[in-house]
Amino acid sequence: MKRLNKLGRIDRSQPVAFTFDGKAMTGFRGDSLASAMLANGVKIAGRSFKYHRPRGIYSAGPEEPNALVTLGTGGRREPNLPATTVELADGLVAESQNRWPSLKFDLQSINSWFSPFLAAGFYYKTFMGPTRRSWMFYEHFIRKAAGLGRAGEQPDPDRYEVRHLFADVAVVGAGPAGLAAALAAAEAGANVVLVEQDFMAGGYLLSETQDGEAGAWLAGMLVRLAGMANVSLMTRTSAFGTYDGNVLGLLERHGSRSADPKQGEARQTLGLLRAKSIVYCTGSIERPLTFANNDRPGVMLASAARIYLNRYGVLVGKRVLVAADNDSAYSAAFDLAAAGAQVTIADSRTQPAPQLLEQARRAGVAVRTKSTIAKAIGGQSVRAVLLVEPSGRVTLESDLVAVSGGWSPTVHLTSHLGSKPVYRQDIRAFVPGKVGAGQFVAGAVTGSFILGTVIDEGHRAGNEAFMFCDATRSSRARVQRDPPKTDAGPGVVGDENPGLREESPLSPPPEDARLSMQVSDGVGGKMTLAKGKAFVDLQMDVTVSDIALAHQEGYRSVEHLKRYTTLGMGTDQGKTSNFYALSAMAGLRGMAIPDVGTTTFRPPFTPVAVGALAGLSHGQHYKPFRRTPIHDWHVSNDAEMLETGLWMRPWFYHASGHDVNEAYVAEMRNAREAAGLMDISTLGKIAVQGPDAAEFLDRVYVNGFAKLPVGRARYGVMLRDDGIVFDDGTTTRVGDQHFFMTTSTARAADVMSRLEFLLDTAWPDLRVSVSSVSDEWAAMSVAGPKSRDILAAAFPDLDVSNDALPHMGLLEGRYRDKPLRIIRLSFSGERAYEIYTGASVGKEAWCRLMEAGTPFGLKPYGLEALGALRVEKGHVAGPEIDGRTTLDDLGLRRMAGKRSGFVGEVLGRREAFSDPERPRLVGLRCVEDGKRLRGGAILFRPSEPVQGHGLGRITSTTYSPTLDAWVGLGLLASSAAQEGAELIAHYPLKGEAVRARVVSPTFLDPKGEWFHG
Amino acid sequence: MLQIKCPCCGPRDHDEFLYAGDASVSRPAHNDADFERWYRYVFVRENPAGAHREYWQHVMGCRQWLIVERNTVNHTILSVNFSREALA
Repeated sequence: MKRLNKLGRIDRSQPVAFTFDGKAMTGFRGDSLASAMLANGVKIAGRSFKYHRPRGIYSAGPEEPNALVTLGTGGRREPNLPATTVELADGLVAESQNRWPSLKFDLQSINSWFSPFLAAGFYYKTFMGPTRRSWMFYEHFIRKAAGLGRAGEQPDPDRYEVRHLFADVAVVGAGPAGLAAALAAAEAGANVVLVEQDFMAGGYLLSETQDGEAGAWLAGMLVRLAGMANVSLMTRTSAFGTYDGNVLGLLERHGSRSADPKQGEARQTLGLLRAKSIVYCTGSIERPLTFANNDRPGVMLASAARIYLNRYGVLVGKRVLVAADNDSAYSAAFDLAAAGAQVTIADSRTQPAPQLLEQARRAGVAVRTKSTIAKAIGGQSVRAVLLVEPSGRVTLESDLVAVSGGWSPTVHLTSHLGSKPVYRQDIRAFVPGKVGAGQFVAGAVTGSFILGTVIDEGHRAGNEAFMFCDATRSSRARVQRDPPKTDAGPGVVGDENPGLREESPLSPPPEDARLSMQVSDGVGGKMTLAKGKAFVDLQMDVTVSDIALAHQEGYRSVEHLKRYTTLGMGTDQGKTSNFYALSAMAGLRGMAIPDVGTTTFRPPFTPVAVGALAGLSHGQHYKPFRRTPIHDWHVSNDAEMLETGLWMRPWFYHASGHDVNEAYVAEMRNAREAAGLMDISTLGKIAVQGPDAAEFLDRVYVNGFAKLPVGRARYGVMLRDDGIVFDDGTTTRVGDQHFFMTTSTARAADVMSRLEFLLDTAWPDLRVSVSSVSDEWAAMSVAGPKSRDILAAAFPDLDVSNDALPHMGLLEGRYRDKPLRIIRLSFSGERAYEIYTGASVGKEAWCRLMEAGTPFGLKPYGLEALGALRVEKGHVAGPEIDGRTTLDDLGLRRMAGKRSGFVGEVLGRREAFSDPERPRLVGLRCVEDGKRLRGGAILFRPSEPVQGHGLGRITSTTYSPTLDAWVGLGLLASSAAQEGAELIAHYPLKGEAVRARVVSPTFLDPKGEWFHG
Repeated sequence: MLQIKCPCCGPRDHDEFLYAGDASVSRPAHNDADFERWYRYVFVRENPAGAHREYWQHVMGCRQWLIVERNTVNHTILSVNFSREALA
């Protein structure tokens, strides 16, 4: 291997230093990591997945199965990148993968010796017993041995972004077809985005020499496109998926890989490109040949050998054997010979075209017809090849085997929305099927391999795409194809190019060639010509015999074949292997290839880092971060804040105790003995207004609101249509046609949406409007025996006496020129008031209450105490209203009484809901000293074994300072729910079993005397 | 990514919308006591391959409830209307 002094699109004046496995190397600007590795004499690039066989660089693009490397260190470490797609950059640190201790000497390559036992399904068959759980034990060790690179474990310090792009015409692939399509659409007037995964535009044209006609045409096209304001050429950008509505998923890679991105600069950007029309010019991928040891370093796709020569100036072999069953490999052979290599072509066909043979003779390339490669000879790299010819076996010394088994159009993106590729017998390949509206295909992806045709197709598709997205302008905008011969127009290149003859270079080989491909590994019991593994999927180490084994064992559908052998399941997704697997299975089953079908193509086409998908949506930006108007007070008063849904709420205040357990009990005790203040701004608040507002509420709540007097509040429960409890809250009538509804914090959005649904779709005749006013009001609750005194002190102008403001009463006023609503409601069981005022003065109102209340012993309390107070009082909340419970389950049936006509009424009376074994709400009290109840514990009778789902479960628990006992709410089968019965509460996560007694869920003040009066 | 042409806000991405299921079933009157009709409304669904009427709400926009006719095979959106108008 050596770097030539000529050829290539590299800048020899700009050396680039990098390391591979710790060894310092130098490449040039314009190199890929793979080309630089080759130029530095790297032969073994990695070890294989299962057998740990040495592997070299096999391709020059994203189809690379072998040369996967890990880049970067620390949090920037990124594994499994094909060296062929990595742009060389200064300071780049690359490591090979799946080898230990070193690439040259790998201990696990001993797996190769055991390989007869390691065929498809080996692990599943072998590591089955003795118990069903055994696999989980074995798997740990098996996963360690097999595998790819190791991901970094530190947080990735880099920035990833997501952006939205729009285009009239999106063109995928900047090869000859894509360039032509982009130009045609742009000249017609469309806004065009041209996407290219490589760091250089050109596609196939980069395989040709820069100073040839193809190079000149490419340079001319790039100049023209660069001069057009309505064309955006995005290189280093992979279109990884097609989504509904002609949306393309793009992954843009920015800048160099090795240097730290500057502050604020994204390393990768995920793009969502919404296009009116898409032109797929995704080209094609060369197929390998199968023969014994076809994975040895030194075996490479013929197209790759040509790219390394013409694009990177690297001659990858001196004695080259080109093994092919088609014409396209001849151009690689001619170029390699011209660069000084000694080249022999082994063509499996009987009679290649005479003009090809004549060209070969002039180029000094020996052509052996009816010659099939049977084996690569050599350990760490190829030394020689064994050919099978009609006259017998021939061994040829050679250090590079350039293979070509034809071409597979890159149909992936065209198939993502469900369009099945169709088989073309003439080129032995799948091409795109009928693509969606506004989508077009052009170039090699359609099976066209002649450059002139490819460019014509690109022009046509670009025009069609333009016409699709803007029919009105299509008539005046007709793009003429470049006149040939004048400025190296597209017609010229195809005619003169040795690799692109008029006849398809992929003319199907005669049957005997196909046969010999299989014979070389003895598929289907045919004679084995050469011993050694013949790989189909290089990355997943799947051999020809694995496919035969899958067939023998009944895994014959391509989807089963894939999953049984893991063929095509590597990071390369079988880009080079799928077609051979299909054709081999078709052969074994005696079916035609199209009848066997393909596996389903799904995004992404090439791997996408999770960081890019996340973009900026991580940490605090993962979801909205909602603060109440009183948030800052909580933080500056040492509250421990807790994320609940989108809200940040005070969990407990550190002043109340050392930890949450001490604090919440102190906060509860203070609320029961003096008074507590709680921020309840997170409640959903909905204004329900209109002449039919009362009728509307009568329908959405199980209990009636029509007779609720103005100035009074009522607790209400809503059901879903299926009769399950949906939400609860209080609604206050602030005017004859105006109600102020509150919902639980968690359900606020759902309730709002539901009310709008009912008004828009079910009862459009009701004259009601609902508006969310959640953000307009700050809300706080003052609860406890001293609450009224505090309120009176804080708002001396208001009459808050029991007569003026009785339980469930409303008092309206103004505070700091904002509306003020005081509603006397009790969630905790204490005399309590909910104070609503304008959000902008919420913190002031809170401070005023704190100031006025301090002499009375007012202290703030957090969520933990709030939850505990309501459990003591026996109020149901989220843990009980869990989307499975009914009115009867929660003891709320009496609220509905004999009413009818409310949402969920009819289905709420389903027979199964009245099953006596159905769990119903109960109170539970721990009867063992020094033990506690836990939410989630499962309830059993003491006489019954502790197994299965039990009779019910504990939903909420708290320590009750008033009772000096652990109490809880639970759902328990009615048959076991007699008050006084003793149960075992089993908590498997901690292996606890505690005795608990069934009691009334109202632990305190059963007559409600505390909050009345 | 589906794009829904909201009759109020214009073409918007589907992630601004809330999907709420089949709009071809008709809801019984609020005081209809017939169990079978409620049962069919809540639980019984066709699963057509092709045109399907469904409810979407533009929750991140105008909050209107819409009836969207969508082809379930290829996700083409055939029509979008305010449900108040479509049901009237």
